[in-house]
Amino acid sequence: MTQLTALGKSPAAPAARRGPGRPRRAIALNLLAVVLGLIIWTLLASIGVQGLPGPLQVAAKAGELIADGTLLDDALASLRRVLLGFLLGTFLAVPIGFLMGWYATARGLLEPYVQFFRTIPPLAIIPLAIVLMGIGEVPKVFVIFLASFLSSVVATFQGVVDVDKTLINAARVLGASDRTIFLKVVVPASTPFILVGMRVGLGSAWGTLVAAELIAAQEGLGFRMQQAQLYYDLSTIFVGLIAIGLLGLLMDRLLLLAERRLTGWQERR
Amino acid sequence: MNAKISFTDVAKTYPVKDGTFTALDRVSLDIADREFVTVVGPSGCGKSTLMSMAAGLVEPTSGGVLVDGVPVAGPGPDRGVIFQQYALFPWLTVRKNVEFGLKLTDLPAGERRRRAERAIELVGLSDFADALPKTLSGGMKQRCAIARAYAVNPQVLLMDEPFGALDALTRVQLQDQLLDTWSQEQRTVMFITHDVDEAVYLARRVIVMAARPGRIQQIIDVDLPYPRTEEMRLSPEFGRIRNEVWHAVYHQAPA
Repeated sequence: MTQLTALGKSPAAPAARRGPGRPRRAIALNLLAVVLGLIIWTLLASIGVQGLPGPLQVAAKAGELIADGTLLDDALASLRRVLLGFLLGTFLAVPIGFLMGWYATARGLLEPYVQFFRTIPPLAIIPLAIVLMGIGEVPKVFVIFLASFLSSVVATFQGVVDVDKTLINAARVLGASDRTIFLKVVVPASTPFILVGMRVGLGSAWGTLVAAELIAAQEGLGFRMQQAQLYYDLSTIFVGLIAIGLLGLLMDRLLLLAERRLTGWQERR
Repeated sequence: MNAKISFTDVAKTYPVKDGTFTALDRVSLDIADREFVTVVGPSGCGKSTLMSMAAGLVEPTSGGVLVDGVPVAGPGPDRGVIFQQYALFPWLTVRKNVEFGLKLTDLPAGERRRRAERAIELVGLSDFADALPKTLSGGMKQRCAIARAYAVNPQVLLMDEPFGALDALTRVQLQDQLLDTWSQEQRTVMFITHDVDEAVYLARRVIVMAARPGRIQQIIDVDLPYPRTEEMRLSPEFGRIRNEVWHAVYHQAPA
């Protein structure tokens, strides 16, 4: 239920961060924080936390992994899985969410399943998925699909339910049919919710992916880290973590950009 | 009897825990063609419900509403509705909002544009035709909503406390503007308000309603000529009628 409330509020939340770009002071502070972090990391590594590599070692390892193509291959393998699962999940979630929001019958039939599976962390499905679908690509994509599907479906559904009734009445009194109301009022009005759902879905898809790869994979960032763990290769683990973080951040920013483009009409308070 | 809008014994009841709640208790009212009628009353008197029945947004539990002698069955573009919360589509510009209703007709695109242009001009928003609602002030938003209703050329305007959320000055300006267009185009207007001054200033007849159960308390004629002017607000006659309406609204005997 907490997630529901958070979803409901979030379309307005990015508003605070919007504006003609962050002030220079904030960017300077961000950079300062990064530099300070690197210094502390270097210090910790040099005063001898057992086996901890410093930033330079990690950078060197990253260079090595980039040079022999491993990092790119792993990143692409991971991205392919996450995008496939995410796109399938979202494309299915949006129409189903609309269906649930618009038709009480569909809501009654689907809601128990959606609400039930929402409470199960997608990771908990992994053992089942592996038993049923083997250890190939299918179970990983499936789990990612499930993760993004569930957050998008709930957001879309919530978006449709929360469409301002006055807007629907305003369209009705102008002579709009149900079909027009759906296409011209409900769809645009729920877009902010859908995009927030997609962002949450992408985040949870990304998190699920790495975990899925930790268990069974032949390539991918999660798999690489799992391998490195066996050889006590902390540098590779750090490279993997940083790559996961950067890619996740990049994807989130891209969706945020799309969100601002598509929902710039929203009133900010 | 050539009533434009005719309510006959309309009632609205809602089931509640112990029995039924009566929002409207068998109300009958005729509004003549081209008449400007205001409806005032305390909250809970059912004035918005009454208007929504004419709009086709609320169905009476019993009784019926006729518009032009035809029973109301759902909303339609022959009756324009203005809501207190503006109800503009926030993702559309002023022009696109105004064109929304026109696009549902089979008018050719050129004619649609021309009509939208004229409605926008009528409410003085020409300079803001391509602005999004979020950039407009409350008064401008409501003018845009009025233009959207005018554009489809309804014969009846149903207005639900349209100026209730505006500051006093904007409110007076919009009242004058509304009367101005009304005197030119002579639509039938049913205007809901809780502001006694506004009710008297605009209307030919003020319908005073009472609550619990919602019903018509008194109907007060406003014998002031149109066009109404700001000086008229200060006249003794205006004051007398306002006092009468005020008394009817705020000194109701408990039901």
